[in-house]
Amino acid sequence: MDTNELIKALAVDTRPPAASLSSVWWGAAGLAIALAAAVFFAMLGPRPDIAAAAETPRFLFKFMVTITLAVSAFGLARALSRPGETWRKAMPYLAAAPALIAMAVIVEIVVLPPDTWSGKLVGTNSIDCLTYISLIGIGPLAIFLLALCHGAPTRPALAGAVAGLAAGGIAATFYAAQCTDDSPLFVATWYTIAIAGLALIGAATADRFAHW
Amino acid sequence: MGGNDETELARLMRAAIAGDERAYTEFLRRAACLVRSFARRKVVQGGLDPEDIVQETLLAIHIKRHTWRDDAPVTPWLYAIARHKLIDAFRRRGRRVEIEIGEISESFAEPERETVSDREIGRVLETLAPGQRSVVAAVSVDGLSISETAKILGMTEGAVRVALHRGLTAIARRFGRH
Repeated sequence: MDTNELIKALAVDTRPPAASLSSVWWGAAGLAIALAAAVFFAMLGPRPDIAAAAETPRFLFKFMVTITLAVSAFGLARALSRPGETWRKAMPYLAAAPALIAMAVIVEIVVLPPDTWSGKLVGTNSIDCLTYISLIGIGPLAIFLLALCHGAPTRPALAGAVAGLAAGGIAATFYAAQCTDDSPLFVATWYTIAIAGLALIGAATADRFAHW
Repeated sequence: MGGNDETELARLMRAAIAGDERAYTEFLRRAACLVRSFARRKVVQGGLDPEDIVQETLLAIHIKRHTWRDDAPVTPWLYAIARHKLIDAFRRRGRRVEIEIGEISESFAEPERETVSDREIGRVLETLAPGQRSVVAAVSVDGLSISETAKILGMTEGAVRVALHRGLTAIARRFGRH
């Protein structure tokens, strides 16, 4: 078959193209949040003292970090799913969440005496944190990876990792409403490990399956 | 490639997505020229046939045309797909390629020159289910219309369209996988 013959076949295939990529991404975001919420409320639910906690800056700060991560990673994953998109421009936003948490850690070690640091870092929920962020995040990750496959990522592994960060950001936002360890030292350690795990799974899966 | 060509390509692509067959043919012809000169410059050693890259890119453009934003320029999208397909092909051949992005924007169309050889797409076509294969062959190699194909193969036009679409999607998926 020569190229002109191929062009004939392609031109005749006038079935409407697949659903627009941006509507697929927004649908995926809605679905991912709904799924994360369902898993969260089925397994955990918010902590009993949430009303009181909501008046403490440490508790509120957790959401600032996780939502920032979810939003910036989501934007970057979308850009990475389109060929020729200038995704490098969306890259710096991804540094916002790590920068926020780094600043909070510095403030925390300034205001707290050194002998309390390790207690705050280890906390009481580290295993729960790793388990539940992964469990809440794995469904959203699967949804984002499907959206990625609907697109055409020219860097599948990177796109998959960023999808993992977005899913991790959503999962951590829900989990933060349950967790009683509010210190930035705890968040910087355990949330990071759990979210990095999702990013690794995303990178490996997309690298293997997001071919087109 | 001047600004007018870019505008014209975008216009053709928008018309194509709205279902204009002739605009789509014209778009694909121009896209093939651009990708051909790109691939010929990049493939300097043997082992890879630039025309295979052209065909694989056209298939990817077709299957993934929903990833083009209709307010964005076409050529960056088109070359990103071509580059991706070229790197894929080199990887399969176990070679490495460095692609200078700056060079891509300066590409220009060359007159079409077809070499007669057994294209990779021909081998992929052989792996399709018989129904899909005969529809794809009728429309491409024999140059028949949908209704002519339907008559000859004793199918409804709807069934021909479905088989064509599935056949092309399957070719795009299998292209280059050994």
